[in-house]
Parts: sequence; C-alpha cells; structure tokens
Amino acid sequence: MKLLYFAWVKTRIGLAGEEVTPPAGVATVAQLMTWLAARGPGYAAAFAEPERLRAAVNQDFAGPEIAVSAGDEVAFFPPVTGG
Amino acid sequence: MIKLQAEDFDIGAELAALTGGQHDIGGLAVFVGLVRAEAAGDGAPAAVEAMTLEHYPGMTRKMLAGIERKAQSRWPLSASLILHRYGRLVPGDRIVMAACASSHRHAAFEACQFLMDWLKTEAPFWKLEERQGEARWVEARKSDEAAQKRWEQG
Repeated sequence: MKLLYFAWVKTRIGLAGEEVTPPAGVATVAQLMTWLAARGPGYAAAFAEPERLRAAVNQDFAGPEIAVSAGDEVAFFPPVTGG
Repeated sequence: MIKLQAEDFDIGAELAALTGGQHDIGGLAVFVGLVRAEAAGDGAPAAVEAMTLEHYPGMTRKMLAGIERKAQSRWPLSASLILHRYGRLVPGDRIVMAACASSHRHAAFEACQFLMDWLKTEAPFWKLEERQGEARWVEARKSDEAAQKRWEQG
C-alpha cells in the first residue's frame, strides 16, 4: 500500500510518503489511521485529531468507512484550501 | 481545459488561446485570484509575506477535470479553463484563473463562479503562509464550504 502525506500531516510525520504493509484487520481508512497513529510520536501527533483530517483512496476523497487494501494509494491531509 | 503550473500566466494570451477560432461565443467570464497580503490579526503576528501552495498532482488534475465536467453539464459552455499555480508566491502574484465562455453572459458568469466555489473545497491544494519568517498552514474556511453547498440546492 502506498501512503502519501500532505501539508502539516507530512510535517508532523516527517515523510512525504511511504510503502506500508498493514496487518490483517486493517480494512478501512479509520482502521488504517488507528494503526498509523501507533507507529511513533510524529504519527501520533498527525493522527491525534482524526476529525481534522481528510483522506483519499486512489485519488478520490474517502470517508473513514471506505475500504483500503494492498495496492491502494491512500493519502492523508488537512481540509483543502485552494484558489 | 485544465492547467497546473509553477510559472505565472498571461491572462490575455490564455483567453485568446481558449476562444480563438470559435464564433459562437457571446460572453466570456473570467476570474483571477491573487495572493493577498493579509494583515496581522486573528493570532497572526504580521502580514503575509509569501505563500507556498502544495498540491497532490494526480488528484488535483482529476478533481479539477471533474469540476469542469460538472460545469459543462450544467451550463452550455463553448470553452472553459481552470489554471492553478503551485509553489512559492508573494502578494500580488496571480494564483488561479477560471474562465467560461458561452453564447450568453448569464451562463458564463454563473459557471465561472461555480468553478471557483467548487475548486475551493474539492481541489487538493494547501497553503503555507509566511509571516515574519514564521510559516503556518492556512485552515480551511467554513464560508468556502457554504459557498460550494449552495450550488447543490439549486
């Protein structure tokens, strides 16, 4: 699974992206966030307030209940501020 | 047409390219967004000196194309353009341009506003402001979300 981080999510984690293999049982965006939050202090800070985060699965906005699986591109970022 | 670029753009040249050779266009509405030197306040110590736009390249293109398709299905447009810059910009710099051409002005005006309202909430861009050497990520505005929602009722 390919993960991408943007804006302050990237700053807190200290990575723009990474390849991960989550354990069985990580089947949704919400479960992926919980798993990631336990990987270290930077991750814990990035995922401390899930309601302030947005996610995309394969470049479409995805809510917490959306399924994720190996081979997906999953991105985490704050609410967008374009224009 | 969707354009994502770090470089500045020439408004006249973009519009000429967009509408060139089309004789069914009666109105062309254009919005150009600039970086504003937002003053100190709201917890910010000083005015904005620079702004760096980060985006999610693959998804940005996909979302902007989707927004443009929505506008095209809602209004009879002869041509449309969303051009968005990324990278480090300073106050006064052009940041975004939306243009819609139609046979009559109402469709052009409305579609142009629609593009901007949707872009604000759907396009994956983030702004990092610099004030007196301190960088801070800009928070999304509730008013932008309300502006986009308004089109869902109509």
